[in-house]
Amino acid sequence: MTSPSPPASAAAPASEAPALLEIRGLEVVFGGFRALTGVDLTVRQGELRFLIGPNGAGKTTLIDVITGLTRPASGSVGFAGTSLLGRREHRIVRLGIGRTFQTSVVFEELTVAENIDLAACFRRPLPALLRQRRGTSEAVATALERTGLAGFADRPAGVLSHGQRQWLEIGMLIAQRPRLLLLDEPVAGMSRTERDRTGELLVEIAKDHTVIVVEHDMEFLRRYASQVTVLHEGSVLMEGDVAAVQADARVQEVYLGRPREEKTP
Amino acid sequence: MTARMRGPALFTAVALLVLVVAPAVLDPFRLGLLAKYLCFAIAALGIGLAWGQGGMLTLGQGVFFGLGGYSMAMYLKLHDAGPGNLPDFMVWSGVERLPLLWKPFTSPVFAIAAAVVVPAAAAALLGLLVFRQRVRGAYFAILSQALAAAFTIWLVGQQGLTGGTNGLTHFYDVFGRDPETDGAKRIFYFVVAVVLGALYLLARQLMKSRFGRLLVAVRDGEDRVRFLGYNPATVKTVAFAVSAAMAGIAGALYVPVVGIISPSLLGVVPSIELVVAVAIGGRFSLAGAALGGVLLNWAHTTFSEQYPSGWVYLQGLMFILVIMVAPGGVAGAARWAAEAIGRRRTGRGPSSVPEPAGPTHGQKEVAAP
Repeated sequence: MTSPSPPASAAAPASEAPALLEIRGLEVVFGGFRALTGVDLTVRQGELRFLIGPNGAGKTTLIDVITGLTRPASGSVGFAGTSLLGRREHRIVRLGIGRTFQTSVVFEELTVAENIDLAACFRRPLPALLRQRRGTSEAVATALERTGLAGFADRPAGVLSHGQRQWLEIGMLIAQRPRLLLLDEPVAGMSRTERDRTGELLVEIAKDHTVIVVEHDMEFLRRYASQVTVLHEGSVLMEGDVAAVQADARVQEVYLGRPREEKTP
Repeated sequence: MTARMRGPALFTAVALLVLVVAPAVLDPFRLGLLAKYLCFAIAALGIGLAWGQGGMLTLGQGVFFGLGGYSMAMYLKLHDAGPGNLPDFMVWSGVERLPLLWKPFTSPVFAIAAAVVVPAAAAALLGLLVFRQRVRGAYFAILSQALAAAFTIWLVGQQGLTGGTNGLTHFYDVFGRDPETDGAKRIFYFVVAVVLGALYLLARQLMKSRFGRLLVAVRDGEDRVRFLGYNPATVKTVAFAVSAAMAGIAGALYVPVVGIISPSLLGVVPSIELVVAVAIGGRFSLAGAALGGVLLNWAHTTFSEQYPSGWVYLQGLMFILVIMVAPGGVAGAARWAAEAIGRRRTGRGPSSVPEPAGPTHGQKEVAAP
């Protein structure tokens, strides 16, 4: 068990920060199928946490429970001291949790700037929304700049490529100013260069946000992850830094289906 | 940017046509008919807002049209009857005391306010109940249609209260004027035209606002909107209520213009005909929706004068054609044609045109070769 020394950053300070998300004994049942069985998960303020696991491990189900899409059979989900269970989706967003989806959904008829602007404005009361958007607000400008979509600000989102749509979703998420960001497979279907850019964007965002990333891509994980939670068949298999997870024999078995043979780059 | 100027230029041109040219060339009878079409255009505008922009296929807009129409008609009946007297139809039905529901309608201010507020409130209530439960699409359409059916059945059944099948008619004094005179017809026409113009501008402003953008977002991805922190039910309810208020205003204006409001004008069939008109005019464009309201009703009258029973078939045919060939309706086709012409003018051939380009679009004319 030779574990190469971890990237040394993130992990240490995060462990002392207060817990932002606390999940205890979570059970989700679909029909007769138990999608999650007794999941415990704690994510601390400022953490960048990767959630990995083979298909059907329950990663997306977990995200769905946190964001109110799926009701659990039992267990608790606490966010900054309040329970999220039984709350409707938009209420959870208002508490400060934002998410993206595996297949990005952006509003194709609206311009890129309008998409981000809507994401930035949800805290305003309805009458305030009756005003027209004039110019570009600071939140929108920041999100456009961070995602590199400034050049597309006034184009309809429908013209964006797959990768750009994912960035737009991340931009919308930034504009939302959530306390916790949940990204569901942000680099799926992306080209290599797009993945690199997304990774850099992710690291940048993680500096001032708490982020949970569901990801399949092992190479992406190796490059950008620090803390990793491995899900398998609906429960947490292990938790630790990338190196420890990669070195773990059980993880290799369930995740790769065979002992690991490649080398870490 | 000429694209910026084209909208206002077109609006001004249409306004001149409606306010100057039409009154000059049309005889009072035709002008009265046009006023009626413009009433339908107001209701169609509301459908354009709810359906085209908000994705709520409402097949019961006649209910709100009726609520507005009856509000106005109740005031006019009471005014004609004079203080302390019952409207004529009540006397014939053997009603001896003015029903409680009618009492506030002695006030014209109340009646006009009710014509706007009651439909909006009814729609808001329905919206709150239905959209919160995430009823949408075909289910909402069927529900709204059932409402129209129920409303007409109720109206017909309450002979003494509503005038039953005959509805409310025979108005002799509409705000100090005999509605049959040419002068009154002209005034009604101008009022309807100005209200339509104002509501169109209002709807446009609404769609340009953040709320409008949000409404489009709800139409295209209601579930995604929840994760932006908005409650789609609220957004839809507001838009539906505005659309109902427009139908109510249309109904209230219809009464003095045409001189009657009755259940047959606001049941399932008229409600669907309005939606068909919006589809043919172009539901994704507010102007298209209003245009559809005018065109279809004009075609209805004109065609029925020649072939009384042929209209239904023609209407059905047009609807099918629009659904199959031009989902954007007349407005969509016009936009497409304008873009094609624009491309021809700026560069030869569509492929040679760089994205925005084209500063040489015609000011407003679409038909120029």
